[in-house]
Parts: sequence; structure tokens; C-alpha cells
Amino acid sequence: MLRDEDRIYTNLYGFQPWALKAAKKRGDWDGTKAILEKGRDWIVGEMKAAGLRGRGGAGFSAGLKWSFMPKGEGPLPHYLVVNADEGEPGTCKDRDILRHEPHKLVEGCLIAGFAIGAHAAYIYVRGEYYNETKVLQEAIDEAYAAGLLGPNACKSGWAMDVYIHRGMGAYICGEESALIQSLEGKKGQPRAKPPFPAGVGVWGCPTTVNNVETIADVPTVLRRGAAWFADLGPENNNGTKIFCISGHVETPCCVEEEMGIPLKELLKKHAGGVRGGWDNLLAVIPGGSSTPMIPKDVCDDVHMDFDSLRNVRSGLGTAAVIVMDKSTDLVAAITRLARFYMHESCGQCTPCREGTGWLWRTMVRMEKGEATVAEIDQLLEVTRQIEGHTICALGDAAAWPIQGLFRHFRPEIEKRIAARRADAKHRAA
Amino acid sequence: MPKLTIDGLEVEVPAGTSVLQAAEELGIEIPRFCYHPRLPVAANCRMCLVEIEKVPKPVASCAQPVGEGMVVKTNSPAALQARKNVMELLLINHPLDCPICDQGGECDLQDQAVAYGKDKGRYIEEKRAVTEKYLGPLIKTAMTRCIHCTRCVRFLTEIAGVPELGMVNRGEHAEITTYVERALTSELSGNIVDLCPVGALTSKPYAFTARPWELKKTESIDVLDAVGSNIRIDTRGNQVMRVLPRLHEDVNEEWLGDKSRAAIDGLAKRRLDTPYVRRDGQLRPATWAEAFAAIEAGLSGLKGAEIAAIAGDLADAESMFALKLLMQALGSPNLDCRQDGAALDPKVSASWRFNTGIAGIEQADALLIVGSNPRIEAPVLNARIRKRVLKGGFKVATVGVKTDLTYAAQHLGDGVEAFQAVVDGENPFFDVLKTAERPMIVLGMGALARADGARILGAARHLAEKAGLVKDGWNGFNVLHTAAARVGGLEIGFVPGKGGLDTRGILKAAAAGKVKAVWLLGADQLPTNPLDSAFVIYQGHHGDVGAQVADVILPGAAYTEKDGTYVNTEGRVQRAQRAVFPPGEAREDWKILRAASEVLGHVLPFDSLDALRDALAAAVPAFATPDAAAPGAWGDFGEAGALDAALGPLGSAVSNYYMTDPISRASPTMAACTLEIIEAGNARTGTHG
Repeated sequence: MLRDEDRIYTNLYGFQPWALKAAKKRGDWDGTKAILEKGRDWIVGEMKAAGLRGRGGAGFSAGLKWSFMPKGEGPLPHYLVVNADEGEPGTCKDRDILRHEPHKLVEGCLIAGFAIGAHAAYIYVRGEYYNETKVLQEAIDEAYAAGLLGPNACKSGWAMDVYIHRGMGAYICGEESALIQSLEGKKGQPRAKPPFPAGVGVWGCPTTVNNVETIADVPTVLRRGAAWFADLGPENNNGTKIFCISGHVETPCCVEEEMGIPLKELLKKHAGGVRGGWDNLLAVIPGGSSTPMIPKDVCDDVHMDFDSLRNVRSGLGTAAVIVMDKSTDLVAAITRLARFYMHESCGQCTPCREGTGWLWRTMVRMEKGEATVAEIDQLLEVTRQIEGHTICALGDAAAWPIQGLFRHFRPEIEKRIAARRADAKHRAA
Repeated sequence: MPKLTIDGLEVEVPAGTSVLQAAEELGIEIPRFCYHPRLPVAANCRMCLVEIEKVPKPVASCAQPVGEGMVVKTNSPAALQARKNVMELLLINHPLDCPICDQGGECDLQDQAVAYGKDKGRYIEEKRAVTEKYLGPLIKTAMTRCIHCTRCVRFLTEIAGVPELGMVNRGEHAEITTYVERALTSELSGNIVDLCPVGALTSKPYAFTARPWELKKTESIDVLDAVGSNIRIDTRGNQVMRVLPRLHEDVNEEWLGDKSRAAIDGLAKRRLDTPYVRRDGQLRPATWAEAFAAIEAGLSGLKGAEIAAIAGDLADAESMFALKLLMQALGSPNLDCRQDGAALDPKVSASWRFNTGIAGIEQADALLIVGSNPRIEAPVLNARIRKRVLKGGFKVATVGVKTDLTYAAQHLGDGVEAFQAVVDGENPFFDVLKTAERPMIVLGMGALARADGARILGAARHLAEKAGLVKDGWNGFNVLHTAAARVGGLEIGFVPGKGGLDTRGILKAAAAGKVKAVWLLGADQLPTNPLDSAFVIYQGHHGDVGAQVADVILPGAAYTEKDGTYVNTEGRVQRAQRAVFPPGEAREDWKILRAASEVLGHVLPFDSLDALRDALAAAVPAFATPDAAAPGAWGDFGEAGALDAALGPLGSAVSNYYMTDPISRASPTMAACTLEIIEAGNARTGTHG
């Protein structure tokens, strides 16, 4: 279990004020200038050594991503874009950072921006986060007033501006290239990659897009050193992570924990355990709605980190743990998610536009048992027809929850179909 | 140059080439819907998925740049399966109404479904239906068939520069729409019908009239503007069903203006299908013999100087050459092919050609447009200018009435004084031209057809020489014509001979009774009042302005009905081919002139088209080498003198793009375009319709 002194987010619950004075007391903005003075290469090297993997879901090494940016100042400006369009169902970690720890994010913007050679950072905040945006804007204003941002940020000689851009509520705008499109004022549709944003990003300029939590982690990682961060968590899954625990637990919460904590321990210690006891657990969606669910027997001893969850054919994603006890109709739950992905598909490329609707409609019948057993295989085939065939990962995200359901609970659904048929026969008779 | 392997074959292509293009180099065709070589890459149809070694997922080959040592498999089981997967998803919401779809038989989706489709659908849910959209009189929609490839959106946004189409909504509710239910205002909108890979956008005038396999296809040349777009005329029986563009990289690429595409229904309306002779003040149908007899009577006793001939905008070179020989035989020096009175100097070929060439626009780095609106005078050429503008580093300025050219252009002023300022070096744009490496000027008929046209031409020559528009390997002096016959007429020398009168002179002399007989070869764009007292022979195909004042009408053939040679604004000699026969008694124009010459006692020295063409090539060598375009010879042309500001602002020679000639004026589709596109914005009064 994470020791209190190793916590990055010491005001995650907002027990203290978020404002600059209190934030400084918690250690924010401490020695920022010294960090910047160590230079771009040192920062990127330290981030690589820390092994901070992107907290937005894909888990790509942040330091490595930064190193893809062109070196030195070219003819085009560089941009840092912070993805605060937190839309993955079950996820609410960025929200707590925005409203209770905004200075960690603002300071992270300065350091990350410096490390990639950007003089401007855009924070793309989900439109529904109205109050959070207000807090963040005030924090930015405070930072400007204190000379922490601006033409000579922290007296380091580096000019840094931070802007907020509010989204309009499309889930797809959380995808980095769709976010860039949206930021440019266009319709939020993912772009084909390559070119990647590090080459051609916002307005065609080199851009790095990072999640809020990734950027907010950066100052503390650099202050306490890569070795400290790398020491936490299992190998290749370093550091701490904010877990958002929701669903059938006694006390749903957001909590910062060490990577690799056993799921059972996480739920017990921080969420008061599963409603009705561990044996009442049916399944868990471990990383936000797009990751495949894992049943109780897997939950018994799975550890919460990128690699462990991948080994059980799921993923850490955004670490939004959705707990479902035995009262849950899993088919109904996944049907609802299928409808979400159909609704949020941008409609640009064929498999996702056409396929997500097919998935949902079939799932609706599955829920009632009005399908045939052969259709289960057909449904899984359709998920594989979508998965990996699309421009962005929304196609995969739509396919995985359904695949997860059938991987572990296929007999349940077959039973349901059989029952419905028997019932119909009975009634006909 | 990265080297890669595609299906076991090695190929080396420039960096930045896509895998799909590299495969095409090898002759391997990868199926696609959204990819089009002239449009930005969207990569949204996912039909071109291929397998690339070491890449876990199938890759869209249209958007994947080649890499050194890449190993691509376009036909591996995984790649084929990926395409089959996409095809099934494309078809689940497609109505599969091929039997009632106009695209049937020439549909990419149909063709590729044969290769990659399943024989049975597995989708048993309800299908999506999408309401039709109104896109104007040219484009019919069936949006349920749309596969959202966005080719139409990308064409209008990028090529046409009129971003009136877009995709609204998300996911399976995504629709292509104009947002506001208004007709598309682009002059190139018809091209989205060709681009649409399915039957979502089809031609409205052509709707439900023919199937592609019933059509006879004839390769020809368009004459409704001076670009000389290469076209394919599709006919059934003796009827022109549709006109489609044909690829010519140096002229029209693969685009075609809406008028050239859709005015063809005018070919079946208001046609002159029998000779007419005016008796007792009324035009009455006659036989050819009667018509020729009337001509013989009308011309008898007249001296050469009392006879004149004016060639119209759609005349082919052969008939103009024949008429010129006939006039010479009759001793008349009064002939002109410039019915609008444009002050083009017939002696210097550089003074009337688009010397830079249409493809040459892409090499230019500065452009001044004077008295022209290329968007409506030559939409395809305008798209070429826009293409150059989008590449960057190209400054465009205009002198004339300000219009939306679909690209940013600096407006220097409305009238000749603004042009004079550039010529005198007082306007900073003079320095832009002077410092540019390959500067261009485009002079339109709006400037040259004015009374001070010769002086404007002279000033333009002065500017060209002063600003270095003409130098070794570059001729930036360009005249943009609006008439397909004009350059051909000038090449042939269908201009006043020694002591002869030009169009203005002929009209004046006719009004004064000094010219007693006028032969109009399809000339419909001139004031006919001065001809009231003259004996007028009208040879043409439509009962338009010229026919109304005629004493004898000789029914000729339209461009689809004869083998004819046309010279486009660049000076490119191109041959049109006969697709159908002229209606009724109408005949090919050179044959009419050959027959008339016999009656008039001056037999023309040819009795076949080949003999005529040989004679023409002997007289004007340029006609011996079709499809060659070269800058004309530079020389002294134009007049010196002050430009006349009192003549008002420099406008365009074309006021309504959809109605510029007898064919388009007779076309119901063009009338609908005029009403729904041009007049849609104007307030309607009680006397409308």
C-alpha cells in the first residue's frame, strides 16, 4: 500500500484550498526554475528513466513521446496539448486534479512545455467540467500574477502561455488527433496516422498531447527523482496511479495508489469492499468502459497495472474500476456501453460507423434472449471486423467490452436464449 | 528513395509516396472508394487495407507512406479478409437497389462487391434511410446509398473552392448535406457526380434515361468555352445522352464545367433542321436547292466589297477555312471571326494565345487578371489557378469588377485607371510582377472587347515587356478567350483582308447600305439591327439571334454532329468527332459551303474532309499537328494611347455562366440553373413565372 509520503496528490479530495498559497505549502512550484535550468535533455532523460507511462489509457512512455518532438527550435512553433476531455465512462480522476490540484497541472505544463520546446500549452477541457474549468482558469491567472507563467516563467527565461479550450461534449474529442481537429475549430474527427502529432499536430506544427494526470505527475517526479518514481510499482509499470472506483462497492472513490496493487486489496482498503462481500462479486471492468471485463475468479488475484491486466486479456486503461456484483445484468450493462459507442462514433470510417450500430442492435436482442446461439459467434465476428480496421481506437473500444462479456459469460447468455425459446414454446403450446 | 516489396515485387519510389501509389507503379490495383489521386487523402472507407509485415493491424494503404524495406502484401488472406470485412459493413446499410439505381453498371461499389462481397447478408436489423438532399438542378441525390467517402466534400472544398457540402452529425447518423438546402453554386459541381463511387449523387438531367452499356462512346472536344476540355460524348441512337470529361493533364485534368456537361439537352431544342428562305417577309421551309438558288439570287451582281462574312463562337476551323476561301473567291475582304469586336491583333500570334499554357499556370508565381472572371469564363482553368494558389507562394491580383474567384486575390481597382497604374509602375503590384520569376497576366474579353480594347492590349504588351513577363523559356502574356472558335479563326486568318472591314465596320457599313450581303457562320452574339436591310445568310444549328434576321437559313451541324477541329485558348489544335448525325436536313458545315460554292460558280478545291484538312494544314501548318500547344511568336501589337475610363469598370464578357451560346440558351437544364442558382438569391416579383 502506498505510504502517505509517496503520494503525489496530497489534496486529491479538496480538504485544503486549491489556490496557489496552499499549493505551494504542499510543495507545488518548489524549485521549478532549478528543474528547468537542468535543461531539456535532462528532463526528457529523467522522464524516460522514471518510466512514467501515459495515464490516458494507452500507457505509452511519456518521456519517449517527448523525445519524438523535433530538437531545437525549427521554423514551426511547438505546442503542448493537455487532454482534459475526460469522457471514458467510469473515469473521474482528471476532474479531481482540475478542481483540487490545478497547480500541479499548470506547473506540469510549464515543465513539459519546456521539455518539448513549446511556448504555448492548450488544455482541452471537457465542456461539462464547468466549475473545474473555472478553478483551473483561476489557478492559471494566479500563476501568471505570480510570474510563474508568462514571458519569463519562474524567472527561467522561458516564455510559457497556458490556454484553456472547452470541448463541446463529444467523447471522440478525447482521441488525440480528433482533439487537435476540434482545437483547430474543425469537426472532431480523428486523423489518419501517420503523420503523428509530434510531426504534424495542431495547425500543422509539432505537438505533444498528454493526459492531465501524466502532466500533473511530472513536477513531483522530477522533484523527487526518477529513482523514487521507478521504485514504486512493479517493473515497467512504475509509479502511482489514481484509481476511480465505482459501482457496487460500499464507498466509491477516487484514490491514488501504487501501481500493481492487487485489485482485491484496492477495493477492500479504499472502497469498503464489494457490496455484500467479495463472494458477491460478479465481474469488474478494470480500466474504463472500453476495457474487457474480468470475472471474479480473475479478480481474486489480479494486480492493477498495465502488464498484469494485459495478461488477463484486459487493460488498465484509465484505471476506472467498475465493480459489478451478482445483482447486475451484465448483458444489459454491455448493451448500454454498446449504445454509448454507437452514439459517440464520429461516423468517419466505415467499420465503426456501420458496425457499432449493428453491435448495439444485436446486443439489444441478446439482452432479451431474442437471438440465436449462432448469432453469438456472428456478433463476435463483427467485433473483430471492426477491431483494428479503423482510423482510431474507438472501433476497438466498441468491440472489446462485448468480447470481454462473451469470453467469460457466454454460457449465461446461451442459457438466457434457451430460456426465452422454451418460454415462447410454452406459451405457444 | 525508399525501396519496398509489394507482393514479392521490389519497387523504388520517392519518399512520401503512399503504399497504394507504389503498388500502382507495379500495376497492382488495390480497391478503394475514398482515395482519389487529385483529392486530399481521407482514409475513411478502409477498403484499401493491406497487410504490412511487422505491423499488427491491417493498414490503409492510401494513407501509409512507404518505408525502406517495407514488405507489403496486398493479396494475403489477412488483407483479403480485412477487405471482405469492410465490404460487408459498407453494404449493411446500403439499399442494394441496383436495379433502380442510375449508377448501375458503372458503380465502384457494385464492382467491388462482386470481388469482395458475400452472397448473402447477415444483417437482419432495420436499415438506415436518409432523406434526399437538394443540390440544384444538376445533381440528383439518393443519400441512403451514400458510403460517406467524402469525395464530394473534398472536391468542392479543395478543387472547386466552394465549400458548400459537408458531413453533419455523428456515427451512423452522419449525412452529407449542404446544411441549408440550397443549390450548389460551384460551376464545377457536376464533377462530384463522376467522383461519387456509388449512386448517391447522380446526374439529374440524365436520370433514368439510359444504362451505360447501351451507350456509344465518342471521344471529342467541348466547345462551350475556350478551354477545349476533352470530353466523351455518350449517345444512344441519334441522341446525345450525356457528356463526361476525359483525362487530359494539360487541359482539363479530369474535370468539366457544368455548362459543358449539362447544356446538351439544348442540342435537341430549337434546332434548324431544314433550310429556310424568307418570302414575303416570312421565313418559310425550303429545299436545299431553293435555298442555294435564293443565295445565288441574293449575291448576284454584288461586288466583292459589298459582301461580308462573320464567324460565330462555335464554328469549327474547317468551315471557317472553307468560308474564307469562298469569300476570297467572291472577292470579299470583309470577314471577321471576332463577333464581339475584341481588339485581338491578327498579325502577332502571341497577342491572342494563352501563351503560358493551362498547365503552365502551375509554374507561375504571380498573376494579374485584367477584365476577366475566369471562374465563369473558364471554370476548369480557374480550378488550375486555385490549385496553384493552394500550393502557396503565388500572388494574385485582379483589375475589374470584384467577384469571388474561389481564391484570395488582391483587388487593385475596377477600372482602367487601376490597370494604368500597374503599367506605369505606380501600383506596388508592378514590383510583384517584376520581381517574380515567372509572372503572368491574363487579359479577358471584358477588357479587349471594349472600344479602347486595342489600347488596353497595347498597354498590356507594354507591361509584359517592362515587367519581364516574356523571357527565355517563359511567356507570361495570356489572353483568356470565351469562344471556342476564336483562336482557330485567328490562326486561319478569318480576319479582314486588305482594305477589308472588321465586325464593327461590317455592321456599320451594312446599316449604311454599303455592305449588301452578310454570311453569318453561326454568329449569334452581335447586334442584328444593322443587318435589317442587308441580305443575310445564316448558317448554323440553332434558331437563335442570327437566324431571326436571316433571309436564307442553311441548317448546319452542332459540335456533336460533325468532325471538326477546334483550337483552344492556348492555341492547342484538337479534333472533335462526330457522335450523332445532324437532325433532319441539316448537314455538316463544310459540306454546305462546298455545295454553295458550286452554285455560286467558285468551286472549292476539295470534296472530302481529308482533302479539306490537307489544304488547311498546307495553308496553316499548326493544323497539321493536333494537340500541340506552344507560345506564339512575340511582336509588336496593340495601340498606344490613353485608356478610356469613361467606358466604366472592366467587367467580364460573360454575365451568366449558364447561358453563353445558342446551345446553352436552348437548354432547359441551363435555364433551371439560371433560375435556381443565379436568380435564387434575387428577390422575385409578381411577374416571375
